[in-house]
Amino acid sequence: MSAERPLRLGDADVLGTAEDWVRAGRAVALATVVETWGSAPRPVGSHLVIDADGHFEGSVSGGCVEGAVIGEAIEVIAAGEPRLLEFGVADETAWRVGLSCGGRIRIYVERVV
Amino acid sequence: MDRFTLQSLNEARRQRQAAILITNLASGVVRLVRENDLGLDLMIEPALSQILPQRFRSAHSGLVETAEGDQFFLTVHVPPPRLVVIGAVHISQALAPMARIAGFDVTIIDPRTAFATPERFADVALVPHWPEDALKRVPLDPFTAVAALTHDPKIDDLPLQAALAANCFYVGALGSRKTHAKRVERLLTAGVDAADVAKIRAPIGLAIGAQSPAEIAVSVLAEVVDALRKRGAIASGDAA
Repeated sequence: MSAERPLRLGDADVLGTAEDWVRAGRAVALATVVETWGSAPRPVGSHLVIDADGHFEGSVSGGCVEGAVIGEAIEVIAAGEPRLLEFGVADETAWRVGLSCGGRIRIYVERVV
Repeated sequence: MDRFTLQSLNEARRQRQAAILITNLASGVVRLVRENDLGLDLMIEPALSQILPQRFRSAHSGLVETAEGDQFFLTVHVPPPRLVVIGAVHISQALAPMARIAGFDVTIIDPRTAFATPERFADVALVPHWPEDALKRVPLDPFTAVAALTHDPKIDDLPLQAALAANCFYVGALGSRKTHAKRVERLLTAGVDAADVAKIRAPIGLAIGAQSPAEIAVSVLAEVVDALRKRGAIASGDAA
């Protein structure tokens, strides 16, 4: 039964964590993989939850671009406007933060209000 | 996203209800649609409402662009499918590991404790009780498949009725056409709706000429997957 093993949707509990953090009064942003090309490490729909202090749970790239996403998320929490980020090998920034698997991903970052 | 939509989404997930979160990427406005509400007037763009039934079946999240050029992201949440097998029989020994690999949460129910032993069913949720009691611990729902494999009406009939009542996406029963004809008679006598009885897949499994218990397990699992991916397609008239 489902309680005996983790949900296959690897980040299914990220949304639960996001709700818990909001309830606890933390300012929270949610990042979601909305599009992938080539060999992307995490599927479309994967989530990362971030708070204003940079704490995070979940994964949008298996570690490749999380650092950059967290930085953007902190800005989104402050500004309130959602952002659409794109990372890929053609993108110098993405290369620097290390999406070296050859894929490209688009990530939507929004504040939970 | 607002916290209330997030709460509703998590609530749907806890209740094992399928739901799609629609996010307008330009405005950030979100909308949660539960599968149960698809029949209602959702007041959403036609381009979106047309694609939702198919997304509920495929369970694929993804971007949708409307003719006006607006971009929406659909986050599709569908509960992990379950397979409840009635009968700790030879076929079940092959079916349980195969179904687990295919992504199903498998439960096996059989009151005959000689059959329902951990030695025969390692790493499977095994409930050695009568279905009447066992189903209280394993509630059936539209994302559950039920395969009745004991041949024994005393064990199979009640969970078949329960599966039909719970609108399980798959209800199958082992037995020849003759055995099934008798089963149909019993269920009709018991007051089950004829349209519901007709939903039982019997003889069970896709017609692949299966001979051995393992081959029958393959045909049953294939039929379960087929039912899962075409879920609701016939009823709503938009075949996959």
